[in-house]
Amino acid sequence: MSTVKIPPVLRQAVGGERTVEVGGSTMGEVLEALCAQYPAVGGQILTADGELHKYVNVYVNDEDARLLQWIDTPVGDADTVMILPAMAGGAR
Amino acid sequence: MSPSYQDLLAAAREAIPEVEPSDVAPRVEAGDGPLIIDVRETGEWDQGHLPGSVHIPRGFLESRIGTVAPDHDRELLISCASGQRSLLAAVTLRDMGFTNVSNLAGGFARWKQNNYPVQVPRILTPAQRSRYSRHILIPEVGEEGQLKLLDSKALLIGAGGLGSPAAYYLAAAGVGTIGLVDDDVVDESNLQRQIIHTTDRVGVNKGESAEEAIRALNPGVQVNVHPFRVNRDNVLDLLSEYDVVVDGADNFPTRYLLADAALMTNTPLVHASILRFEGHASVFQPYDGPCYRCLFPEPPPPDLAPSCGEAGVLGVLCGVMGNIQATEAIKVLLGIGDTLSGRLLIYDALGMTFTELKVRRDPDCPSCGPNADLQLRDYEAWCAGVGSHDHAGATA
Ligand SMILES: [Zn+2]
Repeated sequence: MSTVKIPPVLRQAVGGERTVEVGGSTMGEVLEALCAQYPAVGGQILTADGELHKYVNVYVNDEDARLLQWIDTPVGDADTVMILPAMAGGAR
Repeated sequence: MSPSYQDLLAAAREAIPEVEPSDVAPRVEAGDGPLIIDVRETGEWDQGHLPGSVHIPRGFLESRIGTVAPDHDRELLISCASGQRSLLAAVTLRDMGFTNVSNLAGGFARWKQNNYPVQVPRILTPAQRSRYSRHILIPEVGEEGQLKLLDSKALLIGAGGLGSPAAYYLAAAGVGTIGLVDDDVVDESNLQRQIIHTTDRVGVNKGESAEEAIRALNPGVQVNVHPFRVNRDNVLDLLSEYDVVVDGADNFPTRYLLADAALMTNTPLVHASILRFEGHASVFQPYDGPCYRCLFPEPPPPDLAPSCGEAGVLGVLCGVMGNIQATEAIKVLLGIGDTLSGRLLIYDALGMTFTELKVRRDPDCPSCGPNADLQLRDYEAWCAGVGSHDHAGATA
């Protein structure tokens, strides 16, 4: 099981949790399992074709997954997958 | 019989070669002169000195020369007002093992009489020295760094949650000019976090309200209030007047606009954003490190990008993140330390954790990559996802 860090905007979709443990041997499989478990997350981060939206950044540990092997990046039990959309708030 | 002062000088003249200003001036001008040590008192030094010379008051000569001239065989030229104190200082240095020490004949007075160039240092006033004394004590800042801050100009986008603490601390630090861009007025619901404003200034423009607070804290700071929204038409003129821009905007169109404009004007961008209990911070150094779009190529759609007004924010989080921005802005202005360039710092106030992610320059970055066609676009339409979200309004 890998740890997925959930950004504030998606927490409602996972019942308010900040992290979720899911299985999978690649980053893509982990996110797939997450979306299967919490369909509301899938509605936010996946396109109609099941691809990750371009605005969704994913980090595996502290490295940008785009610079690794993107959805094929291998992840193990000790790894953390972080979903990272941009935040705009400056508190008006 | 003990030697008199005149005897000491005479003995020193035997031992130390003297150099006329006319001998050394061409070398000083060409930048290949000896290391010149000026041993006068601070008040004399402040009136003017030889260009490129180093000031060590006579009383500190023995203790400080080692850091200034670690190499004992380096060519040293010692100077004072008339050439006498420096002559005796030269003897001391020779006794300490320096092998190549000479004395400037006639000292600074003869140098000046011959109309050779004189450097007059910019100095802090006594009031500034007192106000900024805790900065001056830090070796990485010092009087020179404080003068640099006083000459610096920082532009804050938004005088809200992030801008309030950032502006307050930058003003306290003596950043000489602070620009505040905000078209909004202070609302009662802002005061939970926007600490530069006050209850009796509800209804006042945020820039003007912040100016009042800054004037009370540090009247030496010039505040420029820009009571409008930053947009395509004004952003380049605005940024080109400043040395660093601190992004405390509350919406994506402004953030992407700033990111592109910072690249166009080569202005370092200090980024932070906040939501609920979480803050992001980074520094984007144009073409040196990654830019905002290297990190976030596309804004999320509006329903995934709530503002603090919609989703809420812990007030004190603004203080942490705004002050991280102020810290980074000061480091950028002084050129010290390691900034957050190339790193995204994520602060989770609930877990009280700081996480760092690596941010790299994206070779395909649509804003700073080698094939980027960088121009200001219609960011409002683009962020609203008009047309396809991917390339809508790319050149609008
Ligand atoms: Zn870039």
